[in-house]
Amino acid sequence: MDAIRVDNLTKRFDGLTAVDNVSFSVGEGELFGLLGPNGAGKTTTINMLSTLLKPTSGDAAVAGFSVTKDRDDVRKSIGIVFQEPALDSKLTGRENLEFHAMMYGIDKAERRRRIAEVLELVELSEKSRVLVENYSGGMKRRLEIARGLIQRPKVLFLDEPTLGLDAQTRRNIWDYIEKLNGEARVTIILTTHYMEEADFLCERIAIMDNGRFVALDTPPRLKDLLGGDVVCLEVEGDPGPLIDGFKSLDWIKGCSRHEETLNLTMEKGERRIPELITVAQRYGVSVACVQLRKPSLEDVFLHFTGRTIRDREAGTVERNRTMMFPHGRR
Amino acid sequence: MINWTAIYVMWLREMKRYMRAKSRVFGSLAMPLFFMAFLGLGFNRMPVPGISEDVNYIRFLVPGILGMTLLFSSTMQGLSVLWDKEFGFLKEIMVAPVSRVSLVLGRIAGGITTALIQGMLILLLSLLMGFRIAGVGQFLLALVFMLLIGFTFIGLGLIFASKMKDMQGFSIVMNFIVFPLFFLSGALYPLGNLPVFVRVLSYADPLTFGIDGLRGALIDVSSLPIALDLAIMVGFSLIMVFLGAYFFEKTESA
Repeated sequence: MDAIRVDNLTKRFDGLTAVDNVSFSVGEGELFGLLGPNGAGKTTTINMLSTLLKPTSGDAAVAGFSVTKDRDDVRKSIGIVFQEPALDSKLTGRENLEFHAMMYGIDKAERRRRIAEVLELVELSEKSRVLVENYSGGMKRRLEIARGLIQRPKVLFLDEPTLGLDAQTRRNIWDYIEKLNGEARVTIILTTHYMEEADFLCERIAIMDNGRFVALDTPPRLKDLLGGDVVCLEVEGDPGPLIDGFKSLDWIKGCSRHEETLNLTMEKGERRIPELITVAQRYGVSVACVQLRKPSLEDVFLHFTGRTIRDREAGTVERNRTMMFPHGRR
Repeated sequence: MINWTAIYVMWLREMKRYMRAKSRVFGSLAMPLFFMAFLGLGFNRMPVPGISEDVNYIRFLVPGILGMTLLFSSTMQGLSVLWDKEFGFLKEIMVAPVSRVSLVLGRIAGGITTALIQGMLILLLSLLMGFRIAGVGQFLLALVFMLLIGFTFIGLGLIFASKMKDMQGFSIVMNFIVFPLFFLSGALYPLGNLPVFVRVLSYADPLTFGIDGLRGALIDVSSLPIALDLAIMVGFSLIMVFLGAYFFEKTESA
């Protein structure tokens, strides 16, 4: 059984179609990413899957339960970490976890055990009796991840889990996420607009833009769609005959020369490097330096939408801000 | 449908927050206390038309201020949904696998407890200022009215909080709903002194009957029969709590 099945899910907010006829499925134990700029519809999708929003049309099954018909069963099966903090800052970290566990009907002894366990996991045991208002951004995030795990969810939603965190904390959160998915085999759906985050963590990625999926595959295969890697050779000696030699090889898809450097496009560049050097030597050219450049998801996004994710955000951030915070709060 | 643990959790959360917010406790007592002290002292020697000679003004005022305290703290409790919206905690509550009815009941339980504590503190302060309650029976009757006032205005707060998106609406409710309800209720002077067209509005204000009932219980002076006050307040509180719960259930939190 799939952990998640989504059929033609659509959400319209008066006039604006936030999620437009999206269908996909996520396997059990998979770490699935929704990647896209702000305003692409990632959070709206998550909110529908977690029963916070009712879809305008279409349906989805989470852990086998319909998000429109069996909302309570869905809620029992999931954990969610929201994009914006959803903690009670006037309570301590432990109290936040305690209240959450009680809401999920976990009895006292089990509660104590699980709270100790999740606090350990996110390394907050020492700070559990401090009021949350005194926590740093990273600590709050970790506490929320811990809270999302207490009820042992089948599916965990992480909405921009590292938004606004420093590089060190982000790295740690990535480790927790991998640990969860690896050891506990929790199915995880995460949204992000950080390319490297999606690339590093996710087994499969859906690229979202304007409420639609524009691509869905594993990160390597998404990147392979672009025609492969670029290998840069810095050569000594006359490269003229060598260029003709490279062009005659069918696995080299492109070859261009920029002063002393040859840029070659090919699939699986790292496996071809030894061969490239041998060919060069045969033509009496020595190679001084080799560089391999893998295409990034940024290139993939550019390929599918015609714009970089940053261009997109520069264009939409202002609109979103006025939409989300009409009275300029924060 | 009704999840007792969830109700308890919501109530306990409110208690913890209340006990920790010392400034909130004192801050919300300050205004009623000042009203009681300065209005009371200022008008005590003056005959106020509509109040009989043998009831001095402080005695007349205390039930009014008690009603005011309950009005403000209950409405605030109902509106506290807005804080949870603002700080995101509402989402955490809304995805919990418990019925919305339980969440509303828990909120109301927490709200009525804090409102009653506030009311008791004011009553205690009034005793220090020389106010006297005739007996236990009178006190218990007053307690019933305090509960009914509390439920009514928690319901009102919930209705507004469920309909509003952010904190901007808060001051509007306070200035254009709560203060008029207070002034129209006859907390400060007998309603007989108001022109007829204003008095009509007063009789649409639940607090009017709440305070009249409190006066009947605490100082044995009321303009309507106390049983009528009681019946009307039971009606108002049921309607308000029902509507508050209904609208809260309808809110989309994301």
